[in-house]
Amino acid sequence: MAGRRVAIVGAGMTKFVRRALETGPELAWEAASKALESCEMTLDQVDAVVLGSAPDAFDGVHMKVEYLSPGAGAWGKPTIRGYVGGGTGVFAAIQGWYHIASGMFDTALVVCEEKMSSCHPHPQAAFNYIFDHTTERPLGPNLLWIFALEMNAYMTKYGLTKRDIALVAVKNKRNAAAHPAAQLGDPNITVEDVLNSEVLAWPVQRLDVSPVTDGAVAVVMAADHVARRVTNRPVWVEGVGWSLDTQYWTNRDLSYPTYVEEAARKAYAMAGIREPRKEIHIVEPYDPFDYKELHHLEGLLLADRGKAAELVALGIANRDGAMPVTPSGGLLGVGNPIAAAGLMKVAELFWQLRGEAGPRQVPGQPKRGLAQAWGDLMQVGTVIILGI
Amino acid sequence: MERWVYPTTGLKQEDLEEARVCMTRAPLRGEYAWDAGVAVGRFLAELKAGRLVGRRCRVCRRVMVPPRMFCEQCFRPTDEWVPLQDTGTVLTFSVCTVAWDMRRLEVPEVPAVIAIDGASPGMGILHKLGEVGRTVDEILDRVHIGLRVQAVWKPPRRREGAITDILYFRPVGA
Repeated sequence: MAGRRVAIVGAGMTKFVRRALETGPELAWEAASKALESCEMTLDQVDAVVLGSAPDAFDGVHMKVEYLSPGAGAWGKPTIRGYVGGGTGVFAAIQGWYHIASGMFDTALVVCEEKMSSCHPHPQAAFNYIFDHTTERPLGPNLLWIFALEMNAYMTKYGLTKRDIALVAVKNKRNAAAHPAAQLGDPNITVEDVLNSEVLAWPVQRLDVSPVTDGAVAVVMAADHVARRVTNRPVWVEGVGWSLDTQYWTNRDLSYPTYVEEAARKAYAMAGIREPRKEIHIVEPYDPFDYKELHHLEGLLLADRGKAAELVALGIANRDGAMPVTPSGGLLGVGNPIAAAGLMKVAELFWQLRGEAGPRQVPGQPKRGLAQAWGDLMQVGTVIILGI
Repeated sequence: MERWVYPTTGLKQEDLEEARVCMTRAPLRGEYAWDAGVAVGRFLAELKAGRLVGRRCRVCRRVMVPPRMFCEQCFRPTDEWVPLQDTGTVLTFSVCTVAWDMRRLEVPEVPAVIAIDGASPGMGILHKLGEVGRTVDEILDRVHIGLRVQAVWKPPRRREGAITDILYFRPVGA
């Protein structure tokens, strides 16, 4: 393993809501102060701050990290913004890791915030600018297009049905019903509800998609010698990996996320994992759309290509299954404040591995979990493996 | 872990409509003029003339579209322009019933990634399909991955050197 050992020692978050009264800096403060409180640390024990947030266009504020910084505890601290689109939440934790693993800092406060509700009439407006200004934007694209195009390529290649995929939305929204911060938990949702929801961009329907969310999440990371003083249950970073595919997305095979596999292989190698399907006990893959969870499980090598849907259909991916997938409830259920959603997955592993997940607790004392996020123009994979 | 979730205040639609909370609204307007660049500039000029072109890299032998002056895999300059056909194969498509702001569209749009004949396998561009129906069911009946399509061009006088000089792609033989 590269560098010094690094652990997560505390975590906190806001509730995930459609529209928060709080401003971005206030949301950042709520999450950061809860994370520090959870490990009984104070800001003067924080050496560096890592801030993650998605495009400035959502907030209509340039230099968003400077804007957020007072609430994120960055006053007078070395501070960096990490940004890889939707992959940011897990990437920020990776940055926290290398800040400390390098020996430069002993502690880091990692804060991810997103306030999507400010952008009117719909935050999709901010997404329209990810397309190429000359060869794509004149066609009037919207963000749903790329998901729908990718979902269709994936479904068609493996002969999957809409029902196979809708089961993911059902599982995650049901799991989220037990999450105290969740926006869209629903213990009674059925596969028919998903299949009968409004068609947005076939094959994508309303309940295949995660909601628009305001929220923030923070974790405290520390070097080995500090972590052991702070808590008797540090959750260690065992592996990290990240990779970016070509911007020429129409030239890629959209049915398989190669960049996720590349990121996962780096993380597995670092963690010394040879058989990920046996050695990973909890998975929190990025699920902004239901098919993405399946797509990512395959990229993570946790399912054969085209076979991830079977894990869900057979109950293997349930919270009490052999390989629990998204016990938090994920982006589909807890909500999708872009960067904060990825870090929520990291925080979920922290709570699960410490046995603190309450009604969501995965049985059997899991020892190791993997969180993954994804983003930019469908091209980045970020992976972190945590263990206790 | 409930202790570490802050009791954040979620607002309801009525809170905004009935002005129970204060809010500032203002548009952010920006206007830009993007240079098409060396490779796409030529691509657009060829579109105006009713032709699709790609760029070949002699090392990896890929013929790339959209064209680029450098090969991002071999990380060297690409070598030559290659004329392509205006026909291709649908790699994937969607039937989109909403605009970016979630307003319903009267007639769905059919965005597609189309692999262009003459380029390397899997080299697609984003465009739209047309003449394939006016409802989701009709369109799903007529369009499938693997469908052969051909460009429908604007009349020469109305072309302006833009991706929209191709109006849409339609099924071959339609």
